[in-house]
Formats: sequence, C-alpha cells, structure tokens
Amino acid sequence: MKEQLEKILQNATKELEGISDLKAMEDLRIRFLGKKGELTAILKQMGGLSPEERPVMGQLANSVRSRIEQTIAEKTERLRKEAAAAKLAAEKIDVTLPGKEMPIGRAHPLNAVLAEVEEVFLGMGFDIVDGPEVETDHYCFEALNMPKSHPARDTQDTFYISDNVVLRTQTSSVQIRTMEQRKPPIRIISPGRVYRSDAVDATHSPLFHQIEGLVIDKGITLADLYGTLDMLMKKLYGKDTQIRLRPHHFPYTEPSAEVDLMCFNCGGKGCSMCKNEGYVELLGAGMVHPKVLERCGIDPEVYSGFAFGIGLERITMGRYGINDMRLLYENDMRFLGQF
Amino acid sequence: MDLSMKWLSDYADISGLSADELCKGLTLSGSKVEKYTVEGAEISKVVVAKILDVKPHPDSDHLVITQVDAGTGEPVQIVTGAPNITAESVGALVPAALDGSTLPGGVKIKKGKLRGEASNGMLCSLGELGLTLHDFPYAIENGIFILQSEDGRELTPGMPIQDAIDLNDTTIEFEITPNRPDCLSVLGLARETHATFDCPLEIKEPVVKGIGGNAADELDVKIVNTDLCSRYMAAIVKNVKIEPSPLWMRQRLRACGVRPINNLVDITNFVMLEYGHPMHAFDIRFIEGNQIRIRNAEQGEKITTLDGVERALSPSNLVIADAKKPVAVAGVMGGEYSGIMDDTNTVVFEAACFDGASVRTTAKSLGMRTDSSARFEKGLDPRMCEGALKRACELVELLGCGEVVSGFIDCSSGVDTQKTAPFDPEWINRFLGTDIPESEMLSILEKLDMRVENGTVYAPAYRQDIEFKNDIAEEIARFHGYNNIPKTIIRGIAEGELTPMQKFTRKLSAAAVAAGAYEITTFSFVSPKSFDKIRLPEDSPLRKAVQITNPLGEDTSVMRTSLIPSMCEILSTNYNNRNESAFLYEIGNEYIVTDNELPDEPARIVFGAYGNKADFYTVKGAVQAVLDACGIAGVTYEPCTGEDDTFGDASAFHPGRCATVSANGVKIGILGELHPEVLENYGIGTRAYAAKFMIPEMFGCVVQPAYKPLPKFPAMTRDLAVVVDEDIPVAHLERALSQGVGKILENVKLFDVYQGAQIEKGKKSVAFSISMRSEEGTLTDEQADSAMKKALKKLAELGATIRE
Repeated sequence: MKEQLEKILQNATKELEGISDLKAMEDLRIRFLGKKGELTAILKQMGGLSPEERPVMGQLANSVRSRIEQTIAEKTERLRKEAAAAKLAAEKIDVTLPGKEMPIGRAHPLNAVLAEVEEVFLGMGFDIVDGPEVETDHYCFEALNMPKSHPARDTQDTFYISDNVVLRTQTSSVQIRTMEQRKPPIRIISPGRVYRSDAVDATHSPLFHQIEGLVIDKGITLADLYGTLDMLMKKLYGKDTQIRLRPHHFPYTEPSAEVDLMCFNCGGKGCSMCKNEGYVELLGAGMVHPKVLERCGIDPEVYSGFAFGIGLERITMGRYGINDMRLLYENDMRFLGQF
Repeated sequence: MDLSMKWLSDYADISGLSADELCKGLTLSGSKVEKYTVEGAEISKVVVAKILDVKPHPDSDHLVITQVDAGTGEPVQIVTGAPNITAESVGALVPAALDGSTLPGGVKIKKGKLRGEASNGMLCSLGELGLTLHDFPYAIENGIFILQSEDGRELTPGMPIQDAIDLNDTTIEFEITPNRPDCLSVLGLARETHATFDCPLEIKEPVVKGIGGNAADELDVKIVNTDLCSRYMAAIVKNVKIEPSPLWMRQRLRACGVRPINNLVDITNFVMLEYGHPMHAFDIRFIEGNQIRIRNAEQGEKITTLDGVERALSPSNLVIADAKKPVAVAGVMGGEYSGIMDDTNTVVFEAACFDGASVRTTAKSLGMRTDSSARFEKGLDPRMCEGALKRACELVELLGCGEVVSGFIDCSSGVDTQKTAPFDPEWINRFLGTDIPESEMLSILEKLDMRVENGTVYAPAYRQDIEFKNDIAEEIARFHGYNNIPKTIIRGIAEGELTPMQKFTRKLSAAAVAAGAYEITTFSFVSPKSFDKIRLPEDSPLRKAVQITNPLGEDTSVMRTSLIPSMCEILSTNYNNRNESAFLYEIGNEYIVTDNELPDEPARIVFGAYGNKADFYTVKGAVQAVLDACGIAGVTYEPCTGEDDTFGDASAFHPGRCATVSANGVKIGILGELHPEVLENYGIGTRAYAAKFMIPEMFGCVVQPAYKPLPKFPAMTRDLAVVVDEDIPVAHLERALSQGVGKILENVKLFDVYQGAQIEKGKKSVAFSISMRSEEGTLTDEQADSAMKKALKKLAELGATIRE
C-alpha cells in the first residue's frame, strides 16, 4: 500500500508538470483526489490493514494528499496569473485613438470675462443691476449733467429713436435710475450693451458693452476709487498689474480720470503695442458730480461716491489677444471654440 | 490742439525739458498728448548751397550743370532740370540734397549720372521739402526753392536747411477735454506747463501805441440780442499793407496746423491760437451804413461764408449784420464778401463773446464746425476779448502793416462772469483720501493764478469751468499728482448678491453650455427686411419695431422684435464659412413697442443648430435637458402649425415640425425646424433648427427640488402596444396612459412607433413600457392589471386599441 501511495504521488507530480491549462488541472485533481479518485480508492482499502499499520498508512496517505493538493494549488495559482496576464495583453488598445466626442459648449468670450469681473465685484459687496438699453434723453444725458447744448454730447455719436429717446451711449444711465430707487449706501455694477454710431472696423462697433460701477456712501474718496480699480485689475490680469490715473473730464464726475493699464509688453517703457506710450487706455472714472447727486435727491454735503465705466470689449480683447473686434460679433464656431 | 514747442517756449521756460518729459508731464496733469512730431525730421544732409556756376548740359536742352558751394570746401556738381536755374542764378542760395541725403516720404538721394554728366545730389523745390507756397510765398511752385534771408537770419553754404528756413519745431498734438477751452491755446498750455513743472512763465500785457482817434466815430456797433452776445469789441486798423507774414509767424502757424494766408488774416489766427479767443477781420468798405448789429438772422436771409458756400439762415442763428445784411455767422465763420482782400485798406477787428450753446447749435445746423465755433461752444469769458484785441493790434504794429485807431469799441451786457468756489482744505483731503498740507494746496492754486480770499477761490477769467469745491479738489489732485493718491479699500462691509432672476439666467446659460451649445453675441438692431426673411405676416405686431432715426444703414435700422433673425444670420455665417455643424445659443433682449415712451425689453434665450446629427429630436432633447437642469417641471409640447398667439415669429418654422413648449400649462417657448423659405432667405443650404424661450416665463415655472425617499419596494413593468390614428400625437397617448394608471405610475417610456405592412393604413402602432411602483408595498399582479385596464379605457377614448 505504501508503494501504491508513493506511486500515486509520483504519478501526480509528474503529470502536474505537463499541465498548462486550468481545465486539465481540474480534471487531474478530480482523478487523483476526487471522491472517486485514485487516492480515495486506496484509502478505501484501509479497512484491511492491521491496527498498527492503519495510523502509519493514514498519516502517509494524508501527507500524499496534502502534497498533491499543495502542488495543484501552486500550479493553479501560477496558471491563473498567466491566464490573466495573457488576457490583459490580448486586450491592449491604441490609447492614442481620439476619445468619443462629448458635446460641451462654450460661453462667449465677452461673457466669460464679464463673469470674472462680476465675481470680483460680488466679492467686494457690489450688486448687479440692469437698466434699459432704449433710454430717455433724461437718463442718458440730462441727469448726467449733459444738457442738450453740452459739447460733450459730440463725443458720443448717438442713435436717436425720437427727440427724446435714444439708444443709450453709456451704462451711466443706470447710475441715475439706481440712485433714484435706492438710498445710500450703494454699491452696484451694471453691465450691458451700449450704442454709438461708429462704423464697424477692427476697433469700433456701433454696439459694444460697458460695465458701469457706482459706489455712494458717507466718506467715499478718490483714493477708494483708485484702490478698487487697482484691485480689479490685479484680480483680472495678475498681481503684478499696474495702473495709473490720468486727469480727464466727464460731465457727470468731478474730479474725473482716465485709467491706463501699464503695457504688458514693455512694462511702461513704450513699444509698438502701446503706441510708445507705455500705457494702454482702459476706462473712465471719477467722483460723482455734486449736481448729479443732488438731482437724484442725495445730499452731496453728506454723501460722496465714485463711478467708473469699463469697456468689456477692450478688456476681453486684451485678455485673449484678439486683434479685431468684428470677430466677437461674427460668431464663427472656430472662433467661439477657442475660449 | 496742435502746439508749437517754439511758441510755447516764447512764454514758458522749457529749456530743461525734453519733448518726452514735457509730453509725459502734461499728460499726467490732464493735457493728454496724443503724439509729437519733429518738423524736418525726415530731412537729412540737405544744406544751403550757393550757386557758383551754371552751364548747359551737352546732351540735353532742358538740363543744366551747376557747381555749388555746399560748405564742403570743394564745389559740388549737380545737374538740374528746373526752369528757374539759369546763368543768372549764379550767387543764389538754394537747398541742395547731397549724396546720401533723405527727403520727406522716405526719398533717398544718391549721386549718379544724368545723361552722362555726374550729379552729386539734387537741388530741391518747395514740394520736395514737404512745403507749400503758403509756407514760403516768395518761392515758386515749379522750380528750385531760391532761399531768401528772413527775420535777419544769416544763410551760409553748408548750413542745414532746417536751421536756414526754421523747419525744426516740434509739434505736440493734444487731446483737450471740452471743459478746458483755455487749453486750446498756446497761453493756456504754457500756464499748464508752468503749473506742472514749476518752470518760469512770462506773459506780457500787449501794448498798443495807436494813432489816436476813436473807432466809435467810424463804426456804430450795437448788440441787439444781449442774451447771446455778452460783449462785442472792435478795433479799426487803417492803411493796411496786405502781404505775407514774417517767417516766425508763418512757421508758428504752420506748426499748429494753420495755413498762412496773409498778414492780417494770419494775425487773427495767430491770436486765436495764442490767446484761445477767436477773432474776426472785416473790410470796412463792405460794412454798409458803417454799422454793426449783433442780432438773430431773419427768416429767408442768406450768407455766402468764407468757404464759398451759400447758406440759408434761420432766426435761431445769431449773426453779425451791417445795415442791410448779415456779414458773419456769429462765432462760426465770416462772410466771403466782407473778408480781407489784397486791396483792403481799412480793417475792423472783432473780438466778441457769444453764447456757447447758441454757437454750437448754429454750427451744427449749418454743418460747419470751425476752430472758432469749437472754442466758443465750450464757453469763453467776455473778459478775454480785450486782451485778444490788443494783442492783434500790437501784432499789426509789430509787423508794421497798418495804423491802429487808439480808441476801441466796447459793447457789453455787463454780466458778472467771475467764477468762484469754496476753499476747504479739510474737506478736500477727506474727499480725496489724502493728507496734503494746506500750504501745498495754496501753492498749487497760486501757480494756477487762482486767488484765495476768506475761504473762497477766485478763478481767472479763462477758467469758466471752476464752480464747485470738487473743481478745486480736482486742481489740487492734478498737481499733487493723481498717482500720488493712496489706494484704499472702501470702508464698511457690504454683501453683494445676485437676484434670483440673475441666478436663474446664469444657471440657464451654464445648462446651455453643458448641453453642447456655443454662446453667441449679436447686434440688437437688424434690417427691417428680416421681418420678410422670417415670413412674418403683413399684419404681425412684430413688424412694429423701435426705429432708429439716424441708423448707420438699413441693415441696422430697427431694434429686433425677435431673436430668431439674429440667430439665422449666425447660422448662415457658419454654414457659409463651411463649418460642418453648429449648435448655438444667445441670451438677449427683444424690443417690443408699448404705449409707454420706452419699449419693453424682455429677455429671451434662443437656440440654433444645423449639421452633424442635428434633427428635430436631438435639438428637442438638448432643449429638454436644459429645461430639466433649470428645474422647469411639467413640460409639455404641442404641435404648432406656424401661427401662435404668444409667438408671432412661429412663421419662421416648418408648419409640420414645430412645437410650442409649456410648463404646467404656461407657454414658455417654441421649438422646431426652420421653414425651408427661411433657410433659403438666409442662404442656409441644409435643414436647420431653432428654439426660443421667454426667460421671465421660464423663471416663473421653476420648481424648487425637494427630496423624495429612494424606493423601498420593487417596481413592476408592463409593456403595451396600441394601434391608433396616425394623427394622434404620442404625447396625448402618454397623457391618457398616466391618467389611467394613476398614482402608482412611475414612468412611461416610449419604445417603438411603427407604421407599415402589418398595420392598417392611416394608423400607427405605438409601444410603451410602463413602470409602476407603490410607496406602501410591493405591487400585486391584480393591482397592476387593474391599472392597465384603466389605462386602456383612457386610451380607447383617443381611439386606440390594443395591438393584437
């Protein structure tokens, strides 16, 4: 019997070596170790053994079984790993093939930049206010200290609907509407479309966008205006951004300023991009004129405030290096897809 | 305003300043410099040459060979074909462009041979130096510029031509703001220069010797309309000699962009540029009745102005008239008939002050904006008249071109025009956010010639813009330096918040992007032809648009009443730019005429698509996804055949492929394939789709999401196929189904619509998968069967029978 057991171990070990797939391995396990397998058959003969031999043979049989089992387990594990590796190898794909298209759209570049500007101002406690684009002469000019004969009207070629109704030339009209409706403190911006009768070219458009800003409270200073615009530009263009103020004139602010952005290209030294000025004109601003405050029922002796108007096209074009304003209104998919 | 730096330096000591420094400093104190140009900068190696010898050219009858002394030691041979260089020219001084020289326009002169004879340069004409007869009246146009010594200048061979003829000024171009007409003058800018750089300023009071007598004896002046003319001064100059002005005057005018004409006319222009106060000169021969009246024009009166144009005047125009007719449009332009001529003997100089608004309106209505009107309309002070008039007379005497009658005529309305503003240093610092010492403020005001007395600032006559304490704060800020003001953060806290509508619109836009649409921005004005292009019926209210009375062109002449034409334009642009497909959206306003003065401007979102896999259902799917993302529930679609009470622009759609969209019964949008005629009108060569939604109405249909527990019990699904008339919309079957199944309905999914061989003609088979679930327990077969039975009953009302 001992010989038989050793023979089984020998045969099993030998046959295991030649096995290369999991199916054959299972067949082999059943043949040797199964209920009707060779080892079981031998163990059935145990009854015929003497009580002295039985434990010895039993031990031997168990040892043979466990050795075969162990060998099968090791080999099975190896084969499983090989099979898994082979499967992975067989499933290799070209990962450089393009992905399946997912249709995701894009915001228009003007609105993408507007959203950033709005975020900055919301963070500084400004509300966003809308106003009509078709506007009365009163809100667009008269209330802004520009009576009919005012020469400043010449600088804003106006589209007229009637003698008394215009397409607003500036978002400053919203200043007046806001001051009539709200009491100080006021912090608002008002983005929107404005209109001037300029023919279309690379830098002009009869329709463009402005972002008006207005702050009214006790103790608002020109220094606050400077600080607010400086912060906006640093947030939009990076912390190294520098601006400068230049005295200017607007009928609805006093003092008034134009705000220039230091040329990114030359750092203020002057180059072809900034027409040798070192700075690029960015926006107009100033302290709200006492006459304007008074007309809106706000006492200029108690309150002061500042206002500014940013050209959205200008900052958008500067932001993305767009050199022709017409592209913004042509809306070619190949253009829109770039932002 | 173009400023001559030479002229500026007559008054302000700018000797230590480069043009760059001057321009930067003035820009930062408020007189913005656009650019500056150096006269004669394009000219190099062109010198004064003396003609030594002129010989005929052996091979040409129109060329001559000259030898000139160009200061180089050796005579230089130059061949020229100019008719005015002959043997008699020997000794004349001419400009010679030597070998390697440059001339205006980038012209380079090199030595060469002309018909075999060496020519080591070129003798120049006026034109070749970029000049005209106006600049040098003694020269000739077609020939070499024979130089004359002017203003006592000694010309020597070899001298650079720029020095010889005073062609080395620097012209600075300023953008002057409308509140500062005083800076449209040399003196104004000299004062600003003084205040900016603290450099010495010297402005002398003009001195007139005069020949005695009184102008009032020879001319009767009366201001009829004292509202529009606050002062009228006149001087009389006798025995004038009309001739070219001296070089220094011509040069300064030229540098400031004004063409020299003759001494008397030049003096009026010179004074306007120098003092900023416009002047006018009449020939007294043509002042009928020796009287001047400043009055409104009469109906039907006409005048031919100096530019030779006859202009019809209206009673709103202020004129200078003699006994019979207008001789000038006040503050705008003089009449041709009464202007200075070569044989003029006695001149009337006018220095007056007219109402700015009136001058502006008149200049505008006559379509003639002049240097004079541009100054008057910004507001000049009557106190400036006298200085200007005196300066003009002083110049007459300086040039020796006439005799000034000593007594001036001075008619004045006597209005006090002195401007004052409070001086409150503490307030100024609080307002600016600065800490400027009062002494610095006072020193700034002193430099600006502003007197401070008992807390009041008295502005000089030329500063009509000073009215409020803000104006004083601005002056202080300007010369303290805007950029020396600190940058501070607004005090106090405030919370910025979007309105619910603004939040919704942002969500809508984000959902459209997520659904694959690209945002576009289009003009708000369109062509009235777009109404035809989208097939609006003749009587459509949408044809009644807000009209622009002065549009750039017909294409942009009306405010859009529908966003659909704008979208069609952009679909067309993309299609014609050969972009394979496009899926676009725009959020914008429509402009709807109302009974009020201003139109309504309701916000809309419009979608447009063509190409790729775009068909009605992909666009509908995308739009539905947007509605879902925005929280709009209970959305239903109804067929629309091209007419709709809410959507006047339904005409733009294919009548068989268009739906109106409602949410819980409220109409919010329209969706469909664009009508083939619309596609054709816009040159879109493929099927295209559009949808339009009304944002306020959508916003009203938003349902705030509320949590519902996830299901605890299993769902039960039944499939159902019915046969029904092909005209019955599937949405109606779905509605019937859900009514029938009732509360336990979870959802209905359409999975097949079939028409064909196995189905009777005119009918269609529609198959649904119906999922049912109860929150109370697992549904039994009996419950499901009963629900399906009720559903079938409801379907039967639409004529649907179960498909066998």
